[in-house]
Amino acid sequence: MVEHGDIRVVHRGGSKINSREPVISSDSRLLLCASGECVKVFSTSTEECIHDLRGHTGLVTGVLLRPSNHLQAYSCSADGTVRLWDFTDGILIKWRSVGKACVCVCTCVCAELFQLVAVHLPQSGDRLVEARELSAVLSDVSSNPAAIAFGRGGEYIVSAKGLQLEVYFFKKQKSYRFSLKENNKKGRKNTFTCVASHPQDDCIATGHEDGKIRLWRNFSHKKEYTYSTLHWHHSVVSSLCFTPEGTNLLSGGVESVLVQWRYNQESQKDFLPRLGAAITHIVVSPDGALFCTSHSDNKITIIQSCVKVSAIIQGLVKGESLSTDLMVDPRSKAMVLNGKPGHLQFYSLQRDKLLFNLDIVQQEYIHQSGLQQFEVVKAAFTASGNWLASVEERKQKDAELELNLKLWMFDEQSQSFVLNTTISAPHEARITAMCFCQSTDSQTTMLALTFMAVDDGPSWSCDFVGAYHSLVPECCTFSADGSLLAVSFQEVVTVWSPSSWELLTTLSQPPGAIRDLCFGKLSCSKYLVGTTANNLLCCWNLLTCALEWSTSMNTSLLLADPLSENMAAFLNVHNVDQIVVFVFKPNEPRPLYSHKAVCSGNVTRAVFAPREEMLDSCEESSQWLNHSQLYFLTQCMDLMTFTTKAEEARQMAASKQLVIDDSIAMTPFHLLLGKHRGQQQQQESGQDSLSAERTPLPQGSAAIKELLQTPAHILPSTSFLCSMFVQSLLISVTDSRSETKHVEEEMESEKEEDSEEEEIESRAVRPPEMARCGQATETATLTKAQVKELRRVKKLDHGWLSSVLDL
Amino acid sequence: MGEFKVHRVRFFEYMPSPIRAMAFNSRTDRLAVARGDGAVEIFNFADNYFQEKVIPGQDSRAVEALCWVGQRLFSAGLNGEITEYDLENLRPKYTVMAYGGPAWTLSMSTECFLCQVGCEDGTVKMFEILEERIQFQRNHDRQKGRIISLSWHPSGTHIAAGMMGMIRIFETETGSPANKEVVVWSVAFLSDHTVISGDSAGKVQVWDGFTGTLIKTHLITKWDVLALSDQSSLVAGTSEGTVTQFQFLPLIVGQQDKEWVRTRTFKNHSHDVRALAHTETAVVSGGMDTQLVVQPLLDRVEKNTQESALRKIAFPHRSLVCCAKKSGLLLFQFPEHLELWRLGESDGHGKPGDSLPVRKKPEKLIHLKRKGEDHICCSALSPCGGWLAYTTVSSVRLYRLQYNNNSISIKKLPKLPKELCSAHQLCFSSDSSKLFASSKHSSVIVVALGQSECKYLHTLKPKSGYGTTEQPVHLLFVSEDSKWLAAANTGCEIHIYNLNKLKLHCTVPVYSSCPTAIAIHPVTSNLVTVHANQQIFEYSLAQKEYTEWSRKLQKQGLHNLWLERDTPITHISFNPNNQAHIILHDMFMLCIIDQSLPLPDRKTLLYNQMTLRSVPESERLRHSHAFKICKNFQHLLCVSTLEDQALVVVERPLLDIMSQLPAPVRQKKFAT
Repeated sequence: MVEHGDIRVVHRGGSKINSREPVISSDSRLLLCASGECVKVFSTSTEECIHDLRGHTGLVTGVLLRPSNHLQAYSCSADGTVRLWDFTDGILIKWRSVGKACVCVCTCVCAELFQLVAVHLPQSGDRLVEARELSAVLSDVSSNPAAIAFGRGGEYIVSAKGLQLEVYFFKKQKSYRFSLKENNKKGRKNTFTCVASHPQDDCIATGHEDGKIRLWRNFSHKKEYTYSTLHWHHSVVSSLCFTPEGTNLLSGGVESVLVQWRYNQESQKDFLPRLGAAITHIVVSPDGALFCTSHSDNKITIIQSCVKVSAIIQGLVKGESLSTDLMVDPRSKAMVLNGKPGHLQFYSLQRDKLLFNLDIVQQEYIHQSGLQQFEVVKAAFTASGNWLASVEERKQKDAELELNLKLWMFDEQSQSFVLNTTISAPHEARITAMCFCQSTDSQTTMLALTFMAVDDGPSWSCDFVGAYHSLVPECCTFSADGSLLAVSFQEVVTVWSPSSWELLTTLSQPPGAIRDLCFGKLSCSKYLVGTTANNLLCCWNLLTCALEWSTSMNTSLLLADPLSENMAAFLNVHNVDQIVVFVFKPNEPRPLYSHKAVCSGNVTRAVFAPREEMLDSCEESSQWLNHSQLYFLTQCMDLMTFTTKAEEARQMAASKQLVIDDSIAMTPFHLLLGKHRGQQQQQESGQDSLSAERTPLPQGSAAIKELLQTPAHILPSTSFLCSMFVQSLLISVTDSRSETKHVEEEMESEKEEDSEEEEIESRAVRPPEMARCGQATETATLTKAQVKELRRVKKLDHGWLSSVLDL
Repeated sequence: MGEFKVHRVRFFEYMPSPIRAMAFNSRTDRLAVARGDGAVEIFNFADNYFQEKVIPGQDSRAVEALCWVGQRLFSAGLNGEITEYDLENLRPKYTVMAYGGPAWTLSMSTECFLCQVGCEDGTVKMFEILEERIQFQRNHDRQKGRIISLSWHPSGTHIAAGMMGMIRIFETETGSPANKEVVVWSVAFLSDHTVISGDSAGKVQVWDGFTGTLIKTHLITKWDVLALSDQSSLVAGTSEGTVTQFQFLPLIVGQQDKEWVRTRTFKNHSHDVRALAHTETAVVSGGMDTQLVVQPLLDRVEKNTQESALRKIAFPHRSLVCCAKKSGLLLFQFPEHLELWRLGESDGHGKPGDSLPVRKKPEKLIHLKRKGEDHICCSALSPCGGWLAYTTVSSVRLYRLQYNNNSISIKKLPKLPKELCSAHQLCFSSDSSKLFASSKHSSVIVVALGQSECKYLHTLKPKSGYGTTEQPVHLLFVSEDSKWLAAANTGCEIHIYNLNKLKLHCTVPVYSSCPTAIAIHPVTSNLVTVHANQQIFEYSLAQKEYTEWSRKLQKQGLHNLWLERDTPITHISFNPNNQAHIILHDMFMLCIIDQSLPLPDRKTLLYNQMTLRSVPESERLRHSHAFKICKNFQHLLCVSTLEDQALVVVERPLLDIMSQLPAPVRQKKFAT
């Protein structure tokens, strides 16, 4: 077995953005949130991720603006470091090791100096203030950061745990404790869940498990404290927040309704209902213009202060169970899995962004625990991506199982799936597996188990119902050309012909029930590979109907790459409790690649996602990553993938480039020319001439693409851009004949011009207003370069330009 | 514990009347409560919230407002009169007509001895409080609507009047209106010239009294805010039955700027809260649901003390039931009438805990309506069932009852001795030959009953002298052998009279707490007294000293759980078959004290009847102690022994009372 040093397992996308409360920058333009091991910076207006702040090696556990400099932010991490970032540029300024794992960070402004307080896990028992002159000690602090808040002007700190509220005054160095009775008569729970402190008055708001909010006052007295109670929520209040002026109090909980209470006029309240999922955090921007709520479905909603939703940043939705497997939509290359309850989500792995949710169940989801509602349990795509099949089920305690099989057709017009057929109760029992026949002819067959075939003529109808010794079929798969269907019944694999629906042969390798079945692809399509529960990996040759080879390994998951012959198997190493990955080709029992200690705990789901652009690694060990990338979900629902060093380096470079782009004043020319510079740097770094020759074509289109993908708020007015496009169109038409010849020459001439431009750019690093003043002159000097650039652009991409013009 | 045949009586349809007004006198720690039927009750908050005095109501008197001036109590009602009460003789002292139609509100200035009455016709009338009476001084400018509420500024220079739709502030010197508008049930005038109003729109509003500007509005209910009371904080009662507290708090700790902030909300009532009083440590509220609730403010009292417990006073602290032991008759007293019932009979035998089949149903014999306007204040039935007497503030009536097989005849005795013009308490001797009536100055009038006439015999008086009070007698008890008469008054004195000699035998040493029940043992002639603070004493009349058992009890102290009960013992009786048994009851339990058994110490389980039942017969004696408490019967009004080893238990379940109340304001409850 070979270990390959240059391939490593990384977190790539889909990490939680709702684990800690986000932070809004003081100008309300940017939103920072902890996401896995990095801090993501989003634009509040376009929902776009502007950049990642990478550097922590553990989970980021808190982000905070630096009170003394509103362009800098602190982040702390489970790796025990606190880092200071310039978040507009994404630069790490300094870092400091705290030694123990920080759970959360709170700061507050206190005249000139600021305090950074790290709360340690309860076992260390203490709260350590790493400040210049203050050192407070509060023992027994809740690990939930929502249960700690700083009071007015940082004079005191409030912490709630269990049934006790503790207020510590820094000046007097004195703390007051108030406790509540465990239950009142009606059996309601009084446990504290969160606290918030009024920015101007001495008033503390606490949320409770029974949905009550208490407003505490006069808490600087042991006995004469007093509180009033607000009650709207019917279950736990999970987050509370005062607006910066203290005029409103925001609260949220499982009901997924944001409630806005008027401070001191508590009978008046505003609601923002139907936020989609339980609210976990509420944050208000420093100027009070934006509210921001995190939700349990990995979503951040940005709300204007007039209680109107303005933007939604959606991460990968990970429910408790992932009943549909991970799939890849052949059209959009997006990963598809259960999303919100009753939905399928399409998640772009490349851009780490949720593309859209497809409402499968089409019923209102009721946000209440303990209700049995319809859930999507299976889904399958055809190879072309034209059809989608989905299965939803609901099992209520005493009622019969309710099943719906839905078939969705892709509608070119609306560019989404449209419900074509609903088959209610297709089977009597649970559907165990479902797949489409991958044939190319119009007759598409879809198969669902407990073994029934559904046919598509003009309409979908049941074509055939088969059974084998009245056993329960476990998994099924079609061969690549659609001529064979393999279905496993416990230890037996049956092979059927989809055209005539006859049982061709049975294969069996007892003991042990079959777990996974895969047909080989391309050159290996004569092989059928299966894993059994009895630690066997078998490969049958379908031409001879005989076992080609088998090996004994405890495979938990087996899957085939649709774009190559490769297959991946995840192995459970029992005594080590770690997962090993093997990649192999079915025609030889020899691993192409293996990786030990991928992660701890079981791998539940995995998928090969095709790459957008092929990698051309010639190393044998990393060749299997050329066409597609292997993503997998660990037990704690982290999405991981394998990546090579070269790929990482490229991504790093790309992200760097983007960062620089953002830091420079945004003019349309810069967007075009900034690319030139990057390209030039690449050329200078000594790549071979072949790649240099090839790159101009995609590079040019990428520049335009960049122009389109850049968040709208940093682009100049559309009228300005539009004339540019039209101009480019005209020029390209006139020169279209000669342009192919000229490519080489242009490239060289560009090199010279670029060096000039660089000088200009270095001057152009100045406030945006000045850049804008200078625009007119720059246009004049740069017209030539621009014309060339646009000429090249035209040649590349006629299709989209026409569509832009259509719009 | 002893076995009894129990008559479980549930046909006493006692209905307390709603609370209309309240006034707390912080100097004497007494609360005056006016009820819907015009009765006024005085509670002593210092003495375990004991209901010390009851002034019976009157048909025409509907009290709308109550007010203390020093020790004097005034009321104003819808009959347009201002009444001062004679608290020693438990009757109205005098009434003064206000001549302004129904009087809605009454407010006293403690500074300058003035009282103002708000009337239906829109006038605020000012009366001067003189030594013995009140005198009309002048009218303020007449307003358009009726004056609903009044509140004096503590300095006495201004008064705020809440009206239909507005608040007016009068200068008491000139009587000219100052101004401002809202809808007002209640106003409070604070010392810093802040006026706080509660109105029918559900708002509590804070006004600047100088300029008449609105400072702050708190919307606390969808319905009416009916009552306000202030002390250090402000409380507002609403039609929903909630009481909301407001506190004057600094917004920033340590700064002077203070604001009225709504803090706690209590919900102890099912119906409108009509009256509120704010004491130093608690909020007292009462309303349509007839209960008086004392809600302690936890920031003012020590935690986990008797003071910190919520208290609900549902039943009067005196007896409304009289039981004729020998004839098995029950007399129920209502403000308007009396009911005489014969108990049912049963000849079945069963195990303890069984309910026996009723052979003969209880039967209502007489429904006697009272004469005149005054409500019945006390009634009595002779042990033989042949005599019935009741008294109002103005008169005493005595009836002779005769039973002929199934018919019953009732005859009023036409001529009563003139000494017997009114009484606070009535009592018959056990041989039904004498009637005792307590009269003014703690005296007791003795009347001999003949076949169809009665004769005044004597007036028993306590020795007047230093230290004796002239409080009204509220408890009378005649010993079984008619030798002794015990009379207890609200001044905590208990006088023992020798009836053979018709003179004062002795006075029991005065204890600080008011006696709630007294009884003389039929065999040993020991006087057993129970006091408002739950203490029990046994006093030997022969030796004129506390008995050995009583001393032992005092030395060892009563059990904490016993002392923590919040309803007083209202009856004492003795088990005729076992002279060591004393039977006591309060609202929630029935207790038999066995004097032969050891007293419980602090660590033993007080309520041990259930555990005793589970231990074997032989060990029971070792575990048992003197206090045998039975909670099978709840909401007790009376427990009394009959001659044939039977017990009468009169219950009035609170749920029955609740169900007879008018429907409360309908409220949408979440998830209904």
